[in-house]
Amino acid sequence: MADAKDSTSATDTTVKRRVALKVLATTLGAGAFAKAIAPIQQFTASTNAQEWLQKHYRELSSRELREVLARLEAETKQKYGREVTIEDVRPQAGVQFAYALNLSVCIGCRRCVEACHQENNHDRASHNSYIRVLEMEQGSMDMERGRADYDHPVRDEGKFYLPVQCQQCENPPCTKVCPVEATWKEPDGIVVVDYNWCIGCRYCEAACPYHARRFNWRKPEVPAHEINPKQSYLSNRIRPQGVVEKCTFCLHKTRKGELPACLEACPTGARVFGNVLDPNSSIRWVLENKRVYVLKEELGTRPRFFYFFDK
Amino acid sequence: MSRDNKTAHHLTYPRFLLSAFWRASEGSWVFYTWMTALTAIALVGAHAWALQLANGMAVTAMTDHVSWGLYIANFTFLVGLAAGGVMMVVPAYLYDDHDMHDVVIIGELLAVAALVMALLFVVVDLGRPDRFWHMLPGIGRFHWPISMLSWDVIVLNGYLLLNLHVCGYLIYTRYLGKKPDPRWYRPFVFLSIAWAFSIHTVTAFLYAGLGGRPFWNSALLAPRFLASAFVTGPAFIVLVLQIVRRTTRFTVPEGAIQRLLSILRVTVLVNLFMVASEIFTIFYSGGAHAAAGRYLFLGLHGHAELVPWIWTAISFNVLAAIVIHTPALYRDRRVLNAALILTFVGVWIEKGMGLIVPGFVPSTLHEIVPYAPSKAEWQVCAGVWAFGLMIFTVIMKVGLQAMTGEMRAPSAESDAHTINNDDHAEEAR
Repeated sequence: MADAKDSTSATDTTVKRRVALKVLATTLGAGAFAKAIAPIQQFTASTNAQEWLQKHYRELSSRELREVLARLEAETKQKYGREVTIEDVRPQAGVQFAYALNLSVCIGCRRCVEACHQENNHDRASHNSYIRVLEMEQGSMDMERGRADYDHPVRDEGKFYLPVQCQQCENPPCTKVCPVEATWKEPDGIVVVDYNWCIGCRYCEAACPYHARRFNWRKPEVPAHEINPKQSYLSNRIRPQGVVEKCTFCLHKTRKGELPACLEACPTGARVFGNVLDPNSSIRWVLENKRVYVLKEELGTRPRFFYFFDK
Repeated sequence: MSRDNKTAHHLTYPRFLLSAFWRASEGSWVFYTWMTALTAIALVGAHAWALQLANGMAVTAMTDHVSWGLYIANFTFLVGLAAGGVMMVVPAYLYDDHDMHDVVIIGELLAVAALVMALLFVVVDLGRPDRFWHMLPGIGRFHWPISMLSWDVIVLNGYLLLNLHVCGYLIYTRYLGKKPDPRWYRPFVFLSIAWAFSIHTVTAFLYAGLGGRPFWNSALLAPRFLASAFVTGPAFIVLVLQIVRRTTRFTVPEGAIQRLLSILRVTVLVNLFMVASEIFTIFYSGGAHAAAGRYLFLGLHGHAELVPWIWTAISFNVLAAIVIHTPALYRDRRVLNAALILTFVGVWIEKGMGLIVPGFVPSTLHEIVPYAPSKAEWQVCAGVWAFGLMIFTVIMKVGLQAMTGEMRAPSAESDAHTINNDDHAEEAR
């Protein structure tokens, strides 16, 4: 204010009046700002200090991880009213997962879509799922001629059906772009997201060529009795609002030797899943004996999800 | 600052800041009305953003199909506006254009305001802004150098700091009534020239590096971004220079305006040429890769949401190009100014919605899910712009008053200079 005092025209009273007015205006402005951003309290109430300070999944010690899992279980109880167990299921040595899908057999019934929805505790209102099924024209592999919104009894004459989910690429464009390493490829080939580390920029969603990623546009809602209580940290636990999620080949099941939910639900046996390093596995047999292809091979993403026709 | 050991910066700097705050809040009724209106709009935006945080980003019209929208469109445009300011710095420092040198600080101040807006647009687009610390090197896990977004964070913040340093240093030394020491700012100015190109190149690489999005996956994207940045920067600055002339005591040489217009005459055409190249490639080769371009320019499978936008943009840019190349038209300042506004808006559409949305439509599984921004998005967007214009107004006010000598430290060596920056200009000679 040295400046104002220097000015020869301004008397002490006008300066004082101006200072008073400015203080008043600033106070009013600050008050209005506080009022405008008040809804933030609702957001801060939904999170807490431990969550905010939580380290990246891969930096957690086993004790810290146990505490995180216990906290998440308690939070699920409190927010969703259901007792759940959240495990940390690690990849097994000597296992590389791959998936194959027989397009001659798939009838487009979307039971895999529904099974994914339930297994992975997806938001009920948006009917989210990691799988999208395209109804394709017989005689064309052009996805532009496919439709995901078909709504009639299947299978339809002259069509075939192409279910698409995360391709678990060898060279995943999605993990490359993440600015905070919140998503990465696990040693068994599964691409995962640390839902507690993701900042929600959705760059991975833009980078994925297969529409495999989903964003939690709002807090997922699942009625307590519909919640699948067998959960894991990197897969099907209920996701927080504002983060990205994706198919994990049901790692909470498959890493324990079970099959993914989408495969279990398939009524036609179109889906084949397993460890490619096991010479006796059916996935190995398919890869060795069928003429398999991958989606958008020209992009160099090297999917671990293969498609084939029987006839 | 070897020759003024006597200056006690720990005393003068706080006084400088106080003086700056005082002067930033002094003005005519027009100024108070302008700032009050901007404050009101900024508050509406802040409220809409707070609601978005509380209720989730479902309040936007974005979906898993179109996962970036109006926010990222504005972000992209504003990075261009920030880089566009360098079209004053290049003539002033590389070609010793003295008229430009007198006003170059305006380009640097514009870069500061535009970057603040660009960064805010990234923040409002985040699902979890509370986790921003995950990006901080050292305590977070900053995915550098692999993620292009990590590069963008570095170049944008770096450019902001560079411009803050150069402007801050010049303004402060003018306040002290001293000659700026070239060693303290010239190296930074030259660095900032290269850096300006980097911010828009890296921003283009964010998109161009995605193989799954054919509309963006083009080597032309970065050059096109730069060309359009050098349209919006000069256009905006010419408008601002005329306002400065009318409302302040800062002298704006006509030579600076003419130089910016000559730059604009080239960049407008280069930009249109690049748009034409894109259109040729899309429509002559055709095929699935052209689907997004077809959706943008002509409409696809009965969906034509962006068609009116893009043709508005192209007609604005063509019209502006005609005006600034026709003496009978541009000699009338009102016509010229209308053309400048048209091209500014034209690029905003072309590089905003016209660039971001077709990246997502059709989707990677070739589904067509249209997108039109929601009311909440428009509110947040208006709020960020209002806040950015407030910052620009305030820093311009303080900066120009320091340059003209209206804002001087009581201890300043008395000198006869009342015209802006003649030391600054002398130094250039």
